[in-house]
Order: sequence, then structure tokens, then C-alpha cells
Amino acid sequence: MVRVVQFLFVTKTIWAVVLALLVGSILMLSAGVNPLYAYASLFGGAFFDYYGFGATLVKFSPILLAGLAVAIPLRGGLFNVGAEGQIYMGALFCAIAALYLPEFYWPLHLLVCALAGALGGAFWAAIAGYLKAYRGINEVIVTLLLNYVGINIVSYAAGGPMIEEGAPYPYSPEIPSSLFLPHIMLPTDAHAGALVGVLLAVILAFVLKYTTFGFALTTVGSNPQAAKYAGIHVQRQMVVTMALGGALAGLGGAFEILGVKYRLFHMFSPGYGFDGIVVAFMAGANPILVPIAALFFSGLRSGAQFMQRASGVDSTVIDAIQGLVVIFVAASLAIRFGESRWGKLLAQRRALDDQLTPLEKKNA
Amino acid sequence: MLDWMILGDVLRTSLRLMVPIAFAALGGVICERSGVYNVGIEGMMLSGAFGAALGTFLTGSPVAGVMVGILLGAFGGAILAVLSIRLNVNQIVAGIAINLVALGLTAFLARLIFGLDATTKTLAGFTAWAIPGLSAIPFVGPIFFNQDPLVYVLYLLVPFLHWLLYRSAFGLEIRATGENPGAADSAGVPVYRVRFLCTVISGGLAGLGGAYIVVSQVFVFTEHMSAGKGFIALAAIILGRWDPVSTLLASWFFGFCDALQMNLQFANPSVPYQIFTALPYVASILALVGLYGRVKPPAATGLPYRRESKT
Repeated sequence: MVRVVQFLFVTKTIWAVVLALLVGSILMLSAGVNPLYAYASLFGGAFFDYYGFGATLVKFSPILLAGLAVAIPLRGGLFNVGAEGQIYMGALFCAIAALYLPEFYWPLHLLVCALAGALGGAFWAAIAGYLKAYRGINEVIVTLLLNYVGINIVSYAAGGPMIEEGAPYPYSPEIPSSLFLPHIMLPTDAHAGALVGVLLAVILAFVLKYTTFGFALTTVGSNPQAAKYAGIHVQRQMVVTMALGGALAGLGGAFEILGVKYRLFHMFSPGYGFDGIVVAFMAGANPILVPIAALFFSGLRSGAQFMQRASGVDSTVIDAIQGLVVIFVAASLAIRFGESRWGKLLAQRRALDDQLTPLEKKNA
Repeated sequence: MLDWMILGDVLRTSLRLMVPIAFAALGGVICERSGVYNVGIEGMMLSGAFGAALGTFLTGSPVAGVMVGILLGAFGGAILAVLSIRLNVNQIVAGIAINLVALGLTAFLARLIFGLDATTKTLAGFTAWAIPGLSAIPFVGPIFFNQDPLVYVLYLLVPFLHWLLYRSAFGLEIRATGENPGAADSAGVPVYRVRFLCTVISGGLAGLGGAYIVVSQVFVFTEHMSAGKGFIALAAIILGRWDPVSTLLASWFFGFCDALQMNLQFANPSVPYQIFTALPYVASILALVGLYGRVKPPAATGLPYRRESKT
């Protein structure tokens, strides 16, 4: 019995998701659509259809990297709400490297472009990290504000100095085709960025757990005082942690250019950076779980189109369901086993058992 | 470059553009002063806009619409309050979740209720109402005193909030709760209740800001019509240093940037308008950096309060 209840609690995130989907089905019913059919077409389209899964992977890459960009600073005690802006700055730096550097040996050139993207994101995040570490300014506010500055800078660049001649709306010329990221599921748009993202998630999980750098990062997050006594340069570590997060988001932005868009568009991200916050949160800031949460969310995003086509229920319902998922997951994480009614009852029983055991021993 | 005619025009427009930001930001001031970050302002504005459209659509009266708008905004505030105050969910995450739900739900319900293209037929709304006497003052009159009723509500709201925050007992409780909830609690201030109430008020005011967009500016509900104004309001709170009067001025500055940006796009396309779209955010960051030491958020904002915790 205890096992069962504890199992239910360990998997509470999943129950929260199920609950959110149930509430979503009420919305669908109110629109006169059979929710079972709608969900079947949603998940069938997102995960069990070759083309649909390709579309899911296209969204998976930026959402995963944005999720990591939030999760890593979170482990270091910093809240990066600026993944969206970092995606834009990464895309900008990457596009500049791709368009204005002379073409050379392509794998190297591709690497340089991707790294330029990472650099752009890292630079944007490091501003917030620096202000936090050395000036004590709340990083939540700064990263949030920098989002809009970044979006506007890209909008200016794509519509001004970098615009393609005669373009009907702001976008840059196309990058050289040698720089296109390899596709992994032809003929869909799914590109290698998704694989790189998963690889990075595994590497980061390893780094956090087994390296001195990871130790420094997480110790500053959990106990800055102890970190200082352990000889960690706390302030520098904060800037580095933030920059690492930004680099991941910037890489996500670079992959959007190199893998999907091939040009710098203004307003190209439909809020991937904000999805990243949600994903990191669902994964409990654990890099290994981030890809799973990211896959679920990108599936919801791309499956929404299938659902709309198949069942006629409007795809906007998915936005609502996404929000509900976050609310329920957040609420479920707040409920701790030990403090819940069940936990207390079971604790009482255990205490009673402890009282009884000496009696039993005596009697025996 | 700008002659008086254009300046007057830009100022008048800036005032109209300021109003939704100002309502939302003033609510945010109350909320953050009590120790809760309201990142959900954007979603609450959107709920308010939807509520205003719904109320006006059903009753034909914009006043009823505004009421429904405030109510729905306050409901969003109550959800944030339950999540962040009762359940100790991270305030930022809870706010973002509310934004997501509001975005999806309003778009979905709008299509369900108003019809396929989600744009309602033009709704009844407020029109400009000149205050006799004051509106006759040259230059200033037509700008400030020939506006619609909700603008005058804003004029009255600012001194009221100033009084509430600095002169009333409740204001003292709010500020104490935001600076040091532990101390406030031991002095007998009902910390949870104060924060709950402030968050609900903030939601209601954000809803009013959203309602203004519908009943005074565009007279229809469109998907995601708040379009980031909630986040600008967050910036206005910072630039306004968590003070009602300064926040109003900051909102006006942002409204002015927006009006200038719109004017420039038409009049002088060679100047990149993005400078003025980004200016509010840059100004807020610079305000945080430059006025460091003098500009500090309330000490306990963003931190959940638990009675038993030792910190």
C-alpha cells in the first residue's frame, strides 16, 4: 500500500500532465469535438507519423536547447528568463558569420558559424550574469528585458543593414548552401540540431555530476557561502554559468538559421525561449530529463496542426493545454509527500508500528 | 523637426497608448510591493481584454464590459496568488503559465463565442469626453482633458494609490510584507492575506488595462491583442522604482516612445523605428544599473514566505 501511494507521488508530474489533458478535453467537448479522437490525431500526428515526427523534431531542437539554457543556470542558482533573446542574438551572430566570412573548408566554417551563435547567446546572457554577480541586480528582470532588446536588434538588422535587396519584408540573403545542417529524416526538415541537443544534454548531465566545474556550478547554486569557503570564485562562476546557459540558447538560434530558415528573419522564433522555461521546470532542471519534456512540448506544438485538420478543433486549444500542464505540474511539485495528508497518515502508522515493535519483542 | 502640431498629436497619442500600460504597471507596483512578482500581467491584460469584449458583446454596454474585464483579470490574479502564495510555486513560473493559459484560452473561447475569425463585430465603446473648462486650456487642454472616461479614472487612481501605499495602514502592511515578511508576521500583519489581496488587485488593474484597449481603442477582440504590453508594464514598474507616481511617468515615457515610433514609421522611414521600440527596455536596464543603490526592488519580492522557515 505504502509502495503504491509512494509510486503515485513519484510519478506525480505524469499525473499532472494527464489532469491537464483531461481539463483540455472539457474545452474540446465544449467545442463539440470528441476529445479522444482529437488527442489520438494530436499524438498520432506528432509521434507516429513520419512527416509529423519530422515536424516535431524541427521544433524539438530549439525547445530542447532553450530548456537546457534555463536548466543549467537554474542549477547554479540563477533564473534565466532570457532564452528568447539569447536565441535571437545567437541567430544574429551566426547569420553574420555565415554571410560575411569568406567561404572556407565547410565543416570548419559550419563549426565557426555554430560557435558564433553560441558566442552571441553567451554574450547576451553574460550581461545579466555580470550585473547579478557584481552589481546585485536581479537577473530575472535583466534577462526578461534583454529579450525585447535582442528581438528588436534582430528586427533592425534583418530589416536594415542585412536585408536582401527587394525583399518584401525583413529577411537577409540566403546563407551558402554548404552551411546547411545535414538532414536526419529526409524529406522532412528535421536536422542534426536535434541530435546535437540530445548529445549536449547527456554531456551536461555528466559535467554537472562528475566534474569540478559542475561541482562549482551546483555548489554556488545550492550554497554560495559553502562555495566561497571551498575556494570557488562565486562571482566569476555566476557569470560563467549564465554565459553557458546563453551559449546553449544561442546555439539553438544558430541551428534555426543553419538547419531550417537559411536566412535571418525578423521575429522568427514563436516563443521557443519561453517554452524552454516551461520545459526546464518540468524536468526539474535535470539535463537528462530536459529532452523528454522538450519532446513532449514540441509534440504538442506540431501535433496541434494535425489535430485541427483531423477533428476541426482549433489549434489554439493547445496553448491553453500547455499552460494548464505547467500550472498542474507546478502545483504537483509543490505538494510534498511528507506534508500531504497521505504522507502524514502513513507517518502516523509507521510511528504506531515503531511503538508496537518493542511490545511485540517483549511479548515474544 | 517636430513642430507644435505634430508634438501635440504625438503627446495625445502617447497618452492613449500609455493608459493600458499604466493601469497594469500600477497594479504591478502594489503586487511587487507586497512581495509577489507578477509576470502574469500580460495574461491578465489579455483576459481583461477578452472579458471586456465578452461583456460588451453580451450586454451592449461598455461599462459592463469593463466590469467583466476587471473580474477576469482579477481571477487571473487569484490563480497566481493561489499558486505562488498558497502552494509556493515559483512566482515566475506561475506567471508564465498564466500567460500561456490566457493566450490559448482567450483565442480558443473567442473563436467559439464570437465566431470563426475570432474578431468580433465592432463593439460599443467609450468616446472622448471633454471636461468643460479644463479642455479649453490651449495646447494642454485638448491633450489631457479631451480623453475618454477611463483616462480620467487613471488620473484619479494615481493619487489614490499614492495615499494607499504611503499614508494608509494597509499600505504600511503592504510595504512591510514586501520588505520583511517575517517581521511583518510577528507584528501581526496577515502576510498571506495581504499578498493575496495585492495580487488580486494587480490582476484586476491589469484586466482594466486590457479592457481599455478593447472599449476605447480598437473596439474588437483579436488574438494576443495585449502584444507584449504586459511586459512593458513590468519594465515601467522598474523604471518607476516601485512608486505609483514615478511609474505613471515611466508608463507615459513608454507611451511616448511608442507614439514616436509609430509617427516615425510613417513620417521618416530612414530612422530605424526599432530604436524606439527597444528604448523602454534599454532605459529600464540603464535605470537599474545607473541608479544602483537608490533603485532596489522590495527586499522580499519573488521570495515565497513560509511561516516555519528559518530564514
